[in-house]
Amino acid sequence: MKQAARLKDPHTEERQLYWRLLVAYLFMVLMLLLLVARFVWLQVFQYEHFATLAQNNSISLVPVQPNRGLIVDRNGIELARNYASYTLELTPDKIDDLDATIKALGQVVPITPRDLKRFQKFLSESKDFEPVPLRLKMDDTEAARVAANLWRFPGVEVKARLYRDYPYKELTSHVLGYIGRIGPREKERLAAEEKTANYRGATHIGKLGLEAVYENELHGQNGFEEIETDSAGRAVRSLRRTAPVHGNTLQLALDIHLQDVADKLFGARRGALVAIDPQNGGVLALLSKPSFDPNLFIDGIDSQSWQSLNEDWQRPLINRAIRGMYPPGSTFKPFMGMAALEAGAIGPNEVRPAPGYFTLPGSSHQFRDSNPRGNGSANLARAIAVSSDTFFYKLAWDMGIDRIHPLLAQFGLGSKTGIDLDGEAVGVLPSKEWKARRFAGKRYRDEHRRWLPADVVSIGIGQGFNTYTPLQMANATAILANDGRAFHPHLVQKVTDARNGKTRLIEAAPYRQLPFKQQHYDYIKQGMQAVMQPGGTGWRLGQGLQYSMAGKTGTAQVVQIKQGAKYNAGALAEQHRDHSWFIAFAPVEQPKIAVAVIVENAGFGATAAAPITRALFDYYLTGKLPDDLRGQLETFPPSATGKQDASVAR
Amino acid sequence: MQVSLAKRIARTIMDPLDGWLLALLAGVFVLSMIALFSASNQSWAKIDNKLVYTALSLVIMWLLARLSPQTVMHMALPLYATGVLLLVGVELFGITVNGSTRWLNVGIGRIQPSEIMKIALPMMLAWYFQKYETTLNWRHYVVAAVLIVIPGLLILKQPDLGTATLVMGAGFFALFFAGLSWKIIIGGGVTFLASLPVVWNLMHDYQRRRVLTLIDPMQDPLGDGYHIIQSMIAIGSGGVWGKGWLAGSQTHLDYIPERTTDFIFAVYSEEFGLAGNLLLLALYLGIISRCLLITARAPTLYGRLLAGAITLSFFVYVFVNMGMVAGILPVVGVPLPFMSYGGTATVSLAIGLGMLMGIGKLQRR
Repeated sequence: MKQAARLKDPHTEERQLYWRLLVAYLFMVLMLLLLVARFVWLQVFQYEHFATLAQNNSISLVPVQPNRGLIVDRNGIELARNYASYTLELTPDKIDDLDATIKALGQVVPITPRDLKRFQKFLSESKDFEPVPLRLKMDDTEAARVAANLWRFPGVEVKARLYRDYPYKELTSHVLGYIGRIGPREKERLAAEEKTANYRGATHIGKLGLEAVYENELHGQNGFEEIETDSAGRAVRSLRRTAPVHGNTLQLALDIHLQDVADKLFGARRGALVAIDPQNGGVLALLSKPSFDPNLFIDGIDSQSWQSLNEDWQRPLINRAIRGMYPPGSTFKPFMGMAALEAGAIGPNEVRPAPGYFTLPGSSHQFRDSNPRGNGSANLARAIAVSSDTFFYKLAWDMGIDRIHPLLAQFGLGSKTGIDLDGEAVGVLPSKEWKARRFAGKRYRDEHRRWLPADVVSIGIGQGFNTYTPLQMANATAILANDGRAFHPHLVQKVTDARNGKTRLIEAAPYRQLPFKQQHYDYIKQGMQAVMQPGGTGWRLGQGLQYSMAGKTGTAQVVQIKQGAKYNAGALAEQHRDHSWFIAFAPVEQPKIAVAVIVENAGFGATAAAPITRALFDYYLTGKLPDDLRGQLETFPPSATGKQDASVAR
Repeated sequence: MQVSLAKRIARTIMDPLDGWLLALLAGVFVLSMIALFSASNQSWAKIDNKLVYTALSLVIMWLLARLSPQTVMHMALPLYATGVLLLVGVELFGITVNGSTRWLNVGIGRIQPSEIMKIALPMMLAWYFQKYETTLNWRHYVVAAVLIVIPGLLILKQPDLGTATLVMGAGFFALFFAGLSWKIIIGGGVTFLASLPVVWNLMHDYQRRRVLTLIDPMQDPLGDGYHIIQSMIAIGSGGVWGKGWLAGSQTHLDYIPERTTDFIFAVYSEEFGLAGNLLLLALYLGIISRCLLITARAPTLYGRLLAGAITLSFFVYVFVNMGMVAGILPVVGVPLPFMSYGGTATVSLAIGLGMLMGIGKLQRR
């Protein structure tokens, strides 16, 4: 309490305050003197050092770019690689007359109008002190010629740079995507993610596909070099160098041989194909046709090429495998059958009529069967084999949408599969809530939103509101093939660390087990196997099989056919003809591959999509190639690392 | 008649203001305009803007200087309580930008309640100690410590280490002038130093990297260290007399980050050299000296504590900003008083100095 007593005395208190004010004042003066000392140190004693640094500032610290990681297929074949070449770069800041310099440079190396246009575009996106490329990919003689003349051009540099190259062009574009120049939007994003430092000096970044999704793995870590330069900005000597950490190598589950075979089997037709290893969710092939050359995009696509790609009615830039939404047609029936068994709407081997058309009670509207005479009567397995529509109309009607929806959602239909690519479409697994939401807009009225009894009927055969991506169908097929063990499909299998060569598995997330009965899987598979046997819709393609195969054909309507009218392919414009679908897996006992194939506007499933699948399976499981494909395939270099996946029989 | 009327108007306007302080501030203002014109690449828009918010700040300063400290003192408790409530509001409904939640949307716009706390906390403490001036004992220091820690932790949680340090610092200065025992101050300091190794062990890798970058900017010359290195080059290459107005190569080649705001001192220092630095430091020292004199002459405990805390806070701004730009302190977002471009900071400084002038006016009568 002594302290308290002291405080109460106003005189002591005042003295104490003055004392403290003095302490505070002396402290502040001392600290300000410390600042003065610092300034004297920087501005007097270190003046020469900093003055030199300021003079040579633009080159005192040069980031050293890491090499972008490679992307290889499952057997180690390089799908995305780097090669070294020269660029001619101009730093606007250091050049008095840009136009004159460019003109003079044109006397030394050829500079095309395209180069100029690109240069102008880059120029508008960069700051004045950043070097801007005028010529790319100069060969050795061109580089040497410029180097010999460099003394004439202050502010002009020849730089060795690594270029990205996708050797298999169209074959891999929808999987790999591409890298491109870092634009204003990417700059903002990098700043927001606090990665600007690691991209200092970097010119390119992953824009699409795996190149974008795995940017963090592929980019690597900047190094830097302290370089002394003369007043013209030319490097005199290197003072210190910290090596960059190169990007990691991605190894895909994808098999480029299989991808190539699939591509050649498609030929010039439009569509998509996804092949999945049901045992682990690895994507073996992912194709979207037509495709484009990703190399065009790396250094900015010229407007002509862009226009022709963008305005092509075949939409080569769209990745149909993950973004294309198609009604699944009859390939939907095995899943629908599975749902019916699980819901108890039908028993295995329960025989029901499969007539030529189906009508709802109290309505005259005929839901027609693709076979006008009908298929007599059938159990579920035979209904799948012969693809009876009326059988499934009735099943769907009996079950109602509320029971169908949750069971089919288990197969991942109507939700993203979680593949390691951006932009996956969700598709539509219809439900009452979905319809209400879909037609919630002001343009619609209540009767549009309400679920009508008839809506469910065509859903039973994969028409109506149903739409899915080929990836979703392949994934659902793989889940069915694997007795309900569901993985997230993924393209990248392993990442090899560039620093220590250690390999990290990209884990297929622990699988989800569907809560369905094993005997039901077996029964549906039996039906799908019967598709490939005499009497089934795909029997022609089941001939001479050296392994067991289960499949389902499908035909997706593009336009509604009027009541009483007949589908006549010849009378319809090509874009209005039906899509040809096929889903399949093999061998049935221990599935190694599951696929979904769609060929746009190619008609019945068995005529286009199924033959592709059969040939693909033959190649994958027995190594046999169709005769007409020999000589058409790409030649791949023998893999440096040897066969990495012994389980793939060839 | 005319002359005497003009004189009377001038006197009415000048009366509440402190002539010395105003003259020194005018000096800083002139230097800041010169530096801003260069830093902004001769942007008249920024100059106009600065004129507008400086005028606004002057009006606010004048209004506060006119009010009697007793009137202002009654606002201490409500202001502090509102500040804490708003901070809680930030915690619950705040707007998150770049990973930290500092702002609150109040309908007309967003506010940053931690700014309010910079002045509300010392006011609150000064009021509290004045209220219990005659019965002061150790319990009151404990309550005062709690009053500091509550907003301090709330701001720390946003997270905003820089502002939390400034707010708690302002509170500590009030405690210091209120006679907090030296034993506790020194004991606290020693405990803090002793706990550093423990803190180091608790830190994340990226936090350690930041500390290491501070000690040796060359550790990360392309990342965090880049700004410090560039601003040191700017200062160092300025030499004794500077490179001359509008002739700073670091400034005009875009090497200095945030060059109109937090790093404006690097711009000034590059162009006006050590001589310019000493002039600016002399002005700041003058302001601080004048403020401390007002503190010493303040008739009430409230006045002394508040004025003292405002003065020391002002010094901390100056020291932390210059230390950061000169590469001896970590990069935290503290503007240089009246030099850095930015209305909010200027207005809040004007509020503090306005109150201080109000306190100063009291003793002269």
